[in-house]
Amino acid sequence: MNIQLNKRLARFEHYRDLIVILTQKEMKVRYKSTLFGYVWSIAHPLAFALVFFMAFKVVMRIQMEGYAVFLIAGLFPWQWLSNSVNASPMIFLSNVTIIKKINFPRNILPLANVLQDMIHFLLSIPVIVLFLFIYHKSPSFSWFYGIPLLLGIQLLMTYGLSLMISSINLFIRDLERLTAIGTTLLFYFTPVIYPETMIPERYKALALFLNPLSSLMISWRNLFLNGTLDLSLVVMSFTYSLFVFMLGYLIYTKLSWKFAEVL
Amino acid sequence: MREPVIIFDHVCKNYSLHHHITGGIKHFLFHLPSALNSIKHSRYEALRDISFAIYKGETLGIIGRNGAGKSTILGLMSGVLKPSGGRVIVKGKTSALLELGAGFHPELTGRENIMLNGVILGLTKAKVLRKLDEIIAFSELGEFIDQPIRVYSSGMLARLGFSVVAHLDPDILLIDEILAVGDAEFQKKCIDKMVKFKKSGVTIVFVSHSMEDVKKICDRTLWIEDHSAKMIGKTEKIIVQYTKTIA
Repeated sequence: MNIQLNKRLARFEHYRDLIVILTQKEMKVRYKSTLFGYVWSIAHPLAFALVFFMAFKVVMRIQMEGYAVFLIAGLFPWQWLSNSVNASPMIFLSNVTIIKKINFPRNILPLANVLQDMIHFLLSIPVIVLFLFIYHKSPSFSWFYGIPLLLGIQLLMTYGLSLMISSINLFIRDLERLTAIGTTLLFYFTPVIYPETMIPERYKALALFLNPLSSLMISWRNLFLNGTLDLSLVVMSFTYSLFVFMLGYLIYTKLSWKFAEVL
Repeated sequence: MREPVIIFDHVCKNYSLHHHITGGIKHFLFHLPSALNSIKHSRYEALRDISFAIYKGETLGIIGRNGAGKSTILGLMSGVLKPSGGRVIVKGKTSALLELGAGFHPELTGRENIMLNGVILGLTKAKVLRKLDEIIAFSELGEFIDQPIRVYSSGMLARLGFSVVAHLDPDILLIDEILAVGDAEFQKKCIDKMVKFKKSGVTIVFVSHSMEDVKKICDRTLWIEDHSAKMIGKTEKIIVQYTKTIA
């Protein structure tokens, strides 16, 4: 009895160490030999924000107060998702030797990738705070439970997508191109650079309920800008995330035993 | 009293070839009949009806020509591959050394790679830390240990890789032609280490093209020819037969 428990504990410990070490490796490797390192993970979404600000505020003159902080509150969490998803097709492909030669839980590879982007997202939250202050707003106490909650939901969603894409791409390499197109399309179909209130009435239901990412992204933005969490949006995004995660895990388990053969 | 720790029970391994559709949909559609036919029939038979057992504490050598199926056997033992027919039973903690430094990252230092590799190979972080000094000493890499390993020579990489493996504590050790790299002195060190493993009761499966090395450490040897088991028995006897066919 005791031996069984000990074995389980040891396995759990090893599992945890694998996650930590692989995530650390991703973090270390990502900006190795660059001068500015971490700055790039902020510079990238900031540059995006600048582009959209120029296009929609300066040129198209969108009628909205504080569009810059609005953009940033939406783009930062989106960046996490799209970075992780876009890196997914290559995750198993770039780890050929470990997969072919070592028997270990491969599902940790995409997890480490998603966690790494999550940490970069967390590190970029101070920038959001800075912009809030510029626009005479301030962080709210609801962040203490709101951020972990949405973090968990998005982790589930992103990990699910990543498992799905990285596994299938070993068998059908077209997915790599499709992913790049898919994330771009989804970006414009999700209320990130525009508020959901501006979506024409007849498409509203479609954009909000059929897009699994809308509820999550709107929740992030509301939390950052106003400190509010809409329960129905949270429930919806959690349901979608759980579904995507389970689907991703199912696909992974169905395919993973063949990984070493097709690589 | 002998207790089998690895059992191959009428094991077959086929690879269904996945090239049909990777040629592109256009190619697939234009050659539909032949493409469909090839899906049904194109199977690569890597192993055909292999049965044997390895006993606790034993060292088994596996020899045979290139492409005979030796590495597939190790893949099945390590659990990276699944048999398409028959059963593979493995009892105990397996460390598979199918490639030295699998999972090393070129941008990380030797020290960082020891941690990475150790954890991937099944140790906990705490265990690697406890053995870190020992591993570094064994590798004899000196100051290079804190350099990114992209500056290492292939011999140095092999040293680092084997040093990690030498400090795992497996019940079963699977080794695939890793001694081909590295200088003579290091090769000797590896063999010594394997003999030490053997003395401490570790079961070893050793794939090699060096009959010398096989003679040195293996009790019994399995000769794989043309995807099936040709002979299994006392090492000297098998090697004599094998070298006859090669000459």
